[in-house]
Amino acid sequence: MGNPMKIRASVKDGVTEVKVLMQHEMETGLRKDKDGKLVPAWHITEVKAQHNGKAVLEAQFGTAVSKNPYLVFHFKGGAPGEKVSVSWVDNTGDTRVDEAEIK
Amino acid sequence: MINLERRKALKTGGGLGLLGLFTAVGLIQPGMAWASSDKLAFEAKTMAEALDALGVKVADGSEAIHLTVPEIAENGAVVPVTVASSLANSEKIYILVDKNPNAVAASFSFPEGTESFVTTRVKMKETSSVIALVKAGGKFYRVSREVKVTAGGCGG
Repeated sequence: MGNPMKIRASVKDGVTEVKVLMQHEMETGLRKDKDGKLVPAWHITEVKAQHNGKAVLEAQFGTAVSKNPYLVFHFKGGAPGEKVSVSWVDNTGDTRVDEAEIK
Repeated sequence: MINLERRKALKTGGGLGLLGLFTAVGLIQPGMAWASSDKLAFEAKTMAEALDALGVKVADGSEAIHLTVPEIAENGAVVPVTVASSLANSEKIYILVDKNPNAVAASFSFPEGTESFVTTRVKMKETSSVIALVKAGGKFYRVSREVKVTAGGCGG
């Protein structure tokens, strides 16, 4: 299981804003370590977000998404106390799911 | 003599062409087809290859797409990008970086009820155009901005 994400969700005027900060090295596979060896590619490939059992975002990441990926998105609806969950899968098959309450 | 089974299958495929044919005989599941064409795009090295893999023949500019990036990125490893589309039926947003080793950085799908808006951060190898490609109503639109990078971010 990957490292925990920070998720902040808040609703205003009927729109919920979700900010996510994932923890992941996001290695491109092009970097060389101090011994000159290529560090293998290691990066999140897919992200999904859900609210009340419904998908609210789906994303695919390549190697060019920055380390510790940051995402902000907005969806209609949501009420304080309801949960938003975000999950990711990386190219090694590792996964992570976290959820947060909408404020 | 044409194989009758083939003829039936072709008729079922109808106006959808080959993709329809394969779907009709169960060789490709609809979800699978789209995911794999995006996968090819992520493997593409150049913009031209990426657009080809996504099936983009023409992409008009549009004032309904707002692409926000810094003019100068001091750290190419962390370049903030925001894309907002007010085009009707915006289904997907792709972020591409022209001069990166792989042109496609990320793609986002917006289910019904989600705004076609996203902020994220990408790596840029060198000064380059950042392109927001929006798929709306089955057509592609694009907006491009140049970002100057003073320290490259792909780790090379």
